Amino acid sequence: MSAATLASRPPVDVPVAATVSGRIAEAPGIFSLRLGLDDPQQRRAYRFAPGQFNMLSLYGVGEVAISIVSDPEQPDEIDHTIRAVGRVTRGLEQLRTGDRLGVRGPFGRGWPLERIIGRDVLVVTGGLGCAPVVSVINYILMRRTQFGRLVIVQGVKHAQDLIWRERYAYWRTLPRTEVWLAADVGAPLWPGHVGRVTELFDRIAITPDMAVLLCGPEIMMITAIRQLLGRGIAAGAISLSMERNMQCGHGLCGHCQIGPHFLCREGPVFDYPEIAEWLGRKGF
Amino acid sequence: MKSTAKKRPAAASKRRAQAPVAALFLPRAGLGTLLEALRARGFEVIGPSVHDGAVVYRPIESADALPTGWHAEQAPGRYTLQRDASPRQFAWANGPQALKPLFFAPRESLWRTTRDANGRLAFEAVAPRARPVAVIGARGCDLAALRLQDAHFLKGDDIDAHYAARRASTFIVAVDCSHPADTCFCVSTGDGPTADAGFDIALAELDDGFIARAGSERGGELLATLQLKPAATAQVRAAATQADHARAQQTRTLPSRDLREALFARLDHPQWDDVASRCLACGNCVAVCPTCFCSREGEDAELAGDQSTHVREWDSCFTSLHGYIHGMQTRPDVRARYRQWLTHKLGGWHEQYGRSGCVGCGRCIAWCPVGIDLTAEVAALMKPEPKPEAKPE
Repeated sequence: MSAATLASRPPVDVPVAATVSGRIAEAPGIFSLRLGLDDPQQRRAYRFAPGQFNMLSLYGVGEVAISIVSDPEQPDEIDHTIRAVGRVTRGLEQLRTGDRLGVRGPFGRGWPLERIIGRDVLVVTGGLGCAPVVSVINYILMRRTQFGRLVIVQGVKHAQDLIWRERYAYWRTLPRTEVWLAADVGAPLWPGHVGRVTELFDRIAITPDMAVLLCGPEIMMITAIRQLLGRGIAAGAISLSMERNMQCGHGLCGHCQIGPHFLCREGPVFDYPEIAEWLGRKGF
Repeated sequence: MKSTAKKRPAAASKRRAQAPVAALFLPRAGLGTLLEALRARGFEVIGPSVHDGAVVYRPIESADALPTGWHAEQAPGRYTLQRDASPRQFAWANGPQALKPLFFAPRESLWRTTRDANGRLAFEAVAPRARPVAVIGARGCDLAALRLQDAHFLKGDDIDAHYAARRASTFIVAVDCSHPADTCFCVSTGDGPTADAGFDIALAELDDGFIARAGSERGGELLATLQLKPAATAQVRAAATQADHARAQQTRTLPSRDLREALFARLDHPQWDDVASRCLACGNCVAVCPTCFCSREGEDAELAGDQSTHVREWDSCFTSLHGYIHGMQTRPDVRARYRQWLTHKLGGWHEQYGRSGCVGCGRCIAWCPVGIDLTAEVAALMKPEPKPEAKPE
């Protein structure tokens, strides 16, 4: 295999070395890492699509699948927002600027950008669910004239869970861009709705021609889909990002299966009709 | 030679009837010559031999190591070997070990990470370990399983280099199964008891030797070097009768149709609770299954702190970590795990790889410590659900 062929294959089989070039503490237990691949050639060649994920490799500990939140137009700076909940993510939380880790990816199928271009886009997310869609939100905002209205609806359990407050506040100031927030449990000075994120649909101008991007707990997505279908949105216009245990990224290790689907290859983003049978099915 | 190509009796499968191959007679003493010829071609010979009370595939030095006269008695939760004076070397039904470990290694190093004094990391792929291997004694069910594993590990862009390297360097000598166990049901899955495809050479064992047929060009070339005589009509007929007998012996069955719809329509069937009350979630069924493909990945870090190896090991959907995701379990109980295993094996596989993931080898029945029989579980699931109020008098 020539050197050119080798360089053209993304680092999906074996990780490449990366250095933390920035770190942001987003909220208690939630942090963002900005990564740069160490090898200049790898850095230049690396490309990803919004909605794809990387396997981040912590030396001596292991790997974890994390979606990419940064702009695909700047693939030399790869941002990941992570909640410290497990063995690897708690270790990643300890990393600081200048620390090293491994990156393997990108993996999976991202958001259907071709299909949503030129349309009004409704983004509904719950919990930290926003992370897989931030990349596509940025993508739309960078190409604002190519899209219609952008409606961002974000729900959290507790008001204090909301990360990226400044980002939402900024997005709200942009033309033809709406931001709606909901918290199951409110707090003093909470600027949004108190209750389910789907309760906001009564107050938003939802039109049947909208393209919908969903991410978050499956029960939230099911409720949202039911309501959106009732408002005349076609099932095929709804895309959603799913989550399961990911280890190999190649559809081999078997952990990411939902029914017959290998999430890491066929997803994590699905058109709703592709995954409808499995969404919210307990035990799968 | 052409005149010796015998048509199989009607009971044989269509695939073989379409491609009649020259049947040769390999005297029993000639088997050693065949093994020698393979060795001379650079293959390490792996064959069945008795270890720890079971027939397993191990490197063998000569035909003497083969399990002459051994028979396997199997039942739910039971596997015992018995020996008699039979000269036969392949008169046993499969032991716990399929061909799977020869290709999909139970434990495999994928890459190595080195960390220098400044914390800089370097990642290096571990090259596939493959050597030319000749496997003797593969059964029809295991060849069918191998085709399924090929479909999984050699798909599209995501070819597994380790599996591919071993697969490419293997020569397969199949032996038709003449002594199925009580736990076998390969007839109902369409995968046995004879070897249909996927071998270089296939043998049908008779008391005084073997009927040999080539399944590949190199298999044919190798047989040609042995200068064998054509098999006599009576020998071919004896092998066919023996195969028919092996078919007739099987009592267990699995519905041959695609069970996907039927299983997924019964996800709340009380039988899942019933089987969960017996299942130990030990994962034995997964370990002995020739098609189960799950693996987990992890790090093996050196104590010195400068090197770590990324390894993958066989995993099982019965473990608590299989469905783990950020502090949550997608399959928190045994009921969900057994249901995942069975519905994937008999349902999901159809959509993934165009057929059921079960080849009827019966290993999961024999090696289940509590004797859970998937054919019985499926039969119970397919019965109409009992009415909740129905109680015995």
